[in-house]
Amino acid sequence: MLRYIGNRLLLLIPVLLGISLVVLVLIDITPGDPARMLLGAQATQQQVDDLREELGLNDPLPVRYVRFIWNVLHGDLGTSLMTKRPIVDEMLQRFPYTLMLVSLSIVLSVLLGIPIGIYASTHQNTWKDNTAMFLALFCVSMPSFWFALLMIRLFGVQLRWLPISGVATWKGWILPCIAMALGLTALIARQMRSDLLEVIRQDYITTARAKGLSEGKVIYRHGLKNAMIPVIMVIGGVFGSSLGGSLIAEVIYSIPGLGQYIMSGLNNRDYPVIQGGILILSTMFAIVILLVDVLFALVDPRIRSQYARKSKGRGKRVGDET
Amino acid sequence: MEDNLLEIRDLVVEYHTDDDVIYAVNNINLTIKKGETIGLVGETGAGKTTIAKSILRILPQLQADLKSGEIFFEGVDMLTLAERDMRKIRGNKISMIFQDPMTALNPIEKVGFQIAETIKLHNKIRREEAERRACDMLEMVGIPMDRFSEYPHQFSGGMKQRVVIAMALACNPSLLLADEPTTALDVTIQAQVLDMMRSLKEKLGTSVILITHDLGVVSDFCDSVAVAYAGEIVERGSVDRIFNNPHHPYTLGLFGSLPRLDSTEPRLKPIKGLMPDPTNLPSGCRFYERCPDAAEACALSPPQDIEIEPGHTIKCIRGKEGGI
Amino acid sequence: MREKAKEGGSVLETKRKRKKSRLYEIWRQLKKNKLAVVALIVLVLLVLLAIFAPLLAPYPYEKQNSKLSYAGPSADYLLGNDKLGRDILSRLIYGSRQSLQMGVIAVAIAATIGILLGAVAGFYGRWVDNLCMRLLDIYQAMPMFLLCVSLAAIMGPSLRNAIIALGIGTVPGYARIMRASVLTVREKEYVEAAKAIDASNARIIRKHIIPNAIAPLIVQITMGVGGCIMSGAALSFIGLGVQPPIPEWGAMISDARSVMREHPTLALYPGICIMLSVLACNLLGDGLRDALDPRLKN
Repeated sequence: MLRYIGNRLLLLIPVLLGISLVVLVLIDITPGDPARMLLGAQATQQQVDDLREELGLNDPLPVRYVRFIWNVLHGDLGTSLMTKRPIVDEMLQRFPYTLMLVSLSIVLSVLLGIPIGIYASTHQNTWKDNTAMFLALFCVSMPSFWFALLMIRLFGVQLRWLPISGVATWKGWILPCIAMALGLTALIARQMRSDLLEVIRQDYITTARAKGLSEGKVIYRHGLKNAMIPVIMVIGGVFGSSLGGSLIAEVIYSIPGLGQYIMSGLNNRDYPVIQGGILILSTMFAIVILLVDVLFALVDPRIRSQYARKSKGRGKRVGDET
Repeated sequence: MEDNLLEIRDLVVEYHTDDDVIYAVNNINLTIKKGETIGLVGETGAGKTTIAKSILRILPQLQADLKSGEIFFEGVDMLTLAERDMRKIRGNKISMIFQDPMTALNPIEKVGFQIAETIKLHNKIRREEAERRACDMLEMVGIPMDRFSEYPHQFSGGMKQRVVIAMALACNPSLLLADEPTTALDVTIQAQVLDMMRSLKEKLGTSVILITHDLGVVSDFCDSVAVAYAGEIVERGSVDRIFNNPHHPYTLGLFGSLPRLDSTEPRLKPIKGLMPDPTNLPSGCRFYERCPDAAEACALSPPQDIEIEPGHTIKCIRGKEGGI
Repeated sequence: MREKAKEGGSVLETKRKRKKSRLYEIWRQLKKNKLAVVALIVLVLLVLLAIFAPLLAPYPYEKQNSKLSYAGPSADYLLGNDKLGRDILSRLIYGSRQSLQMGVIAVAIAATIGILLGAVAGFYGRWVDNLCMRLLDIYQAMPMFLLCVSLAAIMGPSLRNAIIALGIGTVPGYARIMRASVLTVREKEYVEAAKAIDASNARIIRKHIIPNAIAPLIVQITMGVGGCIMSGAALSFIGLGVQPPIPEWGAMISDARSVMREHPTLALYPGICIMLSVLACNLLGDGLRDALDPRLKN
């Protein structure tokens, strides 16, 4: 198991290297000179050239790439062009907010989505199931930024129950978390339902029934654990979309997190911030996907042994008829 | 009546899809005596598995509709039992072996656990005790008990089927429903598994309904035979009678399509045509269209069961005329 | 007599069955799902609305009237006016053009690249497959929306760039589905059978692999249109998509944000438009999934 995790961590390295390269190339090929952007239209060409030299923009791409990686390895993501502050400091300060927002919404959506999905699938094709699934589709189809604004209008402005922005108190987290969790909950519920229905059709569920187990035990002991495998994968994906969603949610609710920072970087073409931000969010995402895979292996013995077999160099299948 | 372990009377099962009604089982009558092994023979789609699942009441609830009939087990009509009481029978007094061992085991639970689960459920014993008995069961089906903690994917098909059999026999049931237990296995493994089943059944005194389309297995394994066709049982009798003196044209056709070492026929004679569409069954004899001896009357009304000799019945009007 | 009738019936039967081509079968299954049919009608109406916007909209979308700033609904202006006194209904109608373009073109880009990539990876296998999959790993390690936002921001805000960003950002889903489909189809007996009778590669791809691999993609594409309409609106909402004065639903919500307190309906209408279009795509996608694989329904 440890070797499996170690191996997966190693695989993370080329992925992150690739991402950095992609980001660097993207910024490189886009029209518009960051130095010019920074100095404004009034600056002389001489000033622009000096700044380019200072920022190292004149070096060829491979040189800049190696330098970037070298700096990242030393915990240095560069300094923001706008604020002149080291990006790492800024990000460390903002990271807890994003982590809080994202994990709260995911916990919320998992806690709600899984029971709803189980309920719907055990009441398949009844009005309860149909209503729950139509509502879920409705929530999946709702733009979350719009829903966020409507909630602010209702609970913040009209009813004055909750703050309309900022997370100075715990109450401030409620609206952003609900706004983010709504679609995710629906997504998880839909996945849970369809997976459980798929599993319930399997032969081993009939076997479990034929053993004399109660329907509840059949579903929870034999069905749910099998059905959770694809759901876990979806939860991993959901983490990614909630990182993406945090870009907008943090702006709307003025949460001083990474999303907001990246958005301001994008608006100002503050390219070290963009680079660093994408790298950090992608790393977070990659680590979560890694955790998901480890969880997978914990639940499913087939994946465990598949890995064990691979590391032994394709051993013969165990248990052949003697 | 007394020594009948299971008695199925006038069982009718239909499946409902969006467009059609599939008439899977139509008025089936079947009795099994204590200790008897009966072979339920027929083509795919003849309703054999549906009969077995009806006995355990594990038909898919949404589509299947058990229209009418009675299934008496030890004198009690199981179709009227509450689900609670039915659960005490499943896996305990009646258990089932499924066709495909590859999919019949839960892929993410240890095989030992899956056997112990049944034992613990029906015997109100501690977990350790159940696991110990599960180990015994594994040994009994010829699997070393140190493989208790392995997962199904670590077993081959034949070994999996042994696990399934161990699971089915774990509570020493009085009736075992074996749904094509060897179809998915290699021929050599088939023989091993059948041998094992035979010795276990003799040891434990279990009655067996063996569902198969393999007549060779039946003659080898069973005391009596029921031939199913299009949701009906068309011929029923002891292995001896049916193999030596088959009467129903369908049964005759089945034998005609088997290769025989002692036969002088130059070619096999397959039954021509296909089984009728189960959504649209003919109103007369179900076998009418394929029957080489069909008469006008056959198309008009369905034939009744006729006892042509003690314990040997056929569903064919020709039976009256005393042989064909 | 009876015999003859039966025979005639069975000939008709086979003819009827042969006529039921795959597409017809899908449509027949889909028809049973009322919600999916409604969704299909909504989408058709949406397309018609976008095409005939100049005929249907009561006013040009850019026509301003300072006297009517934030005017409520009236007989002339059914849904009222925005800050510059422009007719909201007309702007909503014109807005459908931008949203549909973002949905359809972006998906077309993503699906084309994805299908090619997936098909090549799946069909050739070995190192080609490995290379494609590692590329996709890098691709997918970036959260999709973050990637779209970054691309749109780097290329500069405009409708065209937003479409490209969405198109490039959503490639991996199609590629993976296509590859998985090709891989499973490639192993199927009927492909082996086709190989055994010496059918050419091209024929196998055309006759067996594509028709069988395409089913899950149809669902993904339908839902993808909805996803891109939504993400496109989000891009416009944060100012990285369609630029004023061209009307777009997400941008309209963004405009309305500052006056949520006083005029909440201004944000309400475009949001409903987005939701209806996305919902219609998702419902149709669900319906198609059931129609393509009826097994899943029961």
